[in-house]
Amino acid sequence: MSPATHLDVENIRADFPILTRQVNGRPLTYLDNAATSQKPNQVIQSLVDYYERYNSNVHRGVHTLSIEATEAYEDARGKVKRFINAPSTESIIWTRNTSESLNLVAYTWAEANVSAGDEIVTTAMEHHSDIVPWQQLAMRKSATLKIIPETENGRLDMEQAADLITERTKIVATTHMSNVLGTVVDVKALADAAHAVGAVILVDGAQSVPHMPVDVQALNCDFMAFSAHKMLGPTGIGVLYGRPEILEAMPPWMFGGDMILEVSYEDASWNDLPYRFEAGTPNIADAIATGVAVDYLEALGMENVWEHEQKITEYALRRFAELETINLLGPHEIEDKGAVLSFSHDSVHSHDLGTALDQLGIAIRTGHHCAMPLIRSHDIVSAARASFYIYNTEAEVDVLIDGLKETERYFSKAGIA
Amino acid sequence: MQQGLGDLDELYQEVLLDHYRNPRNTERLDDPTSEVDAINPFCGDEIHMQIGLYGDTVASISVTGQGCSISQAAGSLLTEIVDGRTTTEARELRELFREMMTGEEVSDEVADRLEDSLALQGVRRFPVRIKCALLSWSALIDALDKVAPTKP
Ligand SMILES: Cc1ncc(COP(=O)(O)O)c(C=O)c1O
Repeated sequence: MSPATHLDVENIRADFPILTRQVNGRPLTYLDNAATSQKPNQVIQSLVDYYERYNSNVHRGVHTLSIEATEAYEDARGKVKRFINAPSTESIIWTRNTSESLNLVAYTWAEANVSAGDEIVTTAMEHHSDIVPWQQLAMRKSATLKIIPETENGRLDMEQAADLITERTKIVATTHMSNVLGTVVDVKALADAAHAVGAVILVDGAQSVPHMPVDVQALNCDFMAFSAHKMLGPTGIGVLYGRPEILEAMPPWMFGGDMILEVSYEDASWNDLPYRFEAGTPNIADAIATGVAVDYLEALGMENVWEHEQKITEYALRRFAELETINLLGPHEIEDKGAVLSFSHDSVHSHDLGTALDQLGIAIRTGHHCAMPLIRSHDIVSAARASFYIYNTEAEVDVLIDGLKETERYFSKAGIA
Repeated sequence: MQQGLGDLDELYQEVLLDHYRNPRNTERLDDPTSEVDAINPFCGDEIHMQIGLYGDTVASISVTGQGCSISQAAGSLLTEIVDGRTTTEARELRELFREMMTGEEVSDEVADRLEDSLALQGVRRFPVRIKCALLSWSALIDALDKVAPTKP
């Protein structure tokens, strides 16, 4: 069955039990999807089903339950492979989250391949998870960390990128979509630039994989990291995609059960991919549920998901223009911008905004968004952020705008707005 | 039942708003005995505190910072009750303040000692904001500990 052309948001909402919740006497308006998404019944039920019917360890039993669990677990890996068009299931490694996926690359590939005087290139828009591991690596190796800056209109400065990526560059680590600005980065162009100098490219897909069609082969990226919890799946599980030839040559980083081939008292040899990077009993239930989340998104069609979010973001950008005391961060145009709107108020701190909106049942994110350097580069200490997903509606954008206006009136009466 | 923003009045009491709009004791000390920067890693609120001790008395105090109304007003309110106290009294005030923020009803005696900082009681109903109110108080303890660490 080919997916419908548009999202049927009413039907989608019916799949998400949490969306019927009241918060402070109002219907929940959940606009914190960049932090984590809500979960549909299908995903929740798959967890219950696993624990009620076939909970068992994988890869190590001949009994029926273990066979069923192993099949479901490996099926889920296959679904993720298809979802991002990876070349093989061997290239899909289960991790705990995006952060662990990024650290895995820093502690294995980069540990083995970066040495003194080498350069690591990243961007001004990274989440702390994609800055700090590289800072630490640079310190351990006496390597240099270079940052591709943001342009005035919230894009990545691709001209500077071309200058910053040099013969000394070993790895380019970039976000695919900024969790603060919503900016979508031209990953393919950076991949080409990296490959032209013999470097590898790692993409933080935490905000792209849940929201747009992502094809790791078309993007020509060497690594892609993302988290299930931002794409309808459970917390505690993430993915690292790695180009198989590169993974094959990488040393392991955690040792234990499942990742070994043979062990004597003196030595051990390593299992095949992807198990070499999955020491110990994996997160079986959540991997299976991630497969169900992928099924859900594929049934909707990622083109449709992206189109829906573009429409709602475009509408939100229009409505935000009405708010004179609110300053939007990042691109103000919809082109190459995902469903993330960060903003600051002229005089009211984002926590005060967030507490007020919560009184109205509206959930937004406030603070530094795990991107302190980026927030500071905008001469603010904190920002508020609304981010949308498949179940959000234009009516909810209206609730947010009305809420911001009411908040403005409140703090203006209080003498601080 | 639908609520508006009226419940916020308990949080944003006039005393607090006044201290947020016009923070007290923000002039930097020329020769502080001790100073610390306190940051709340989860939200980025910052408090910079300086104290000047004369013997065992907090003879001068200065607080500046960046952050939400609760964190900044709490810092300003703190300076008013700590100024002129002995270090022991200052530590006691911190305990009383913490008990007020996390504990039960406040006795008249405690209310008297906390003076205008009592206005921060309303923060209790907004648990995620309690850490905002406590930030400057932990900065104070850090600043005091730098001079004379409490016994382990
Ligand atoms: C762009 C980006 N990178 C990395 C992360 C970290 O994801 P996780 O906390 O699941 O490891 C996030 C999520 O907050 C993100 O938005």
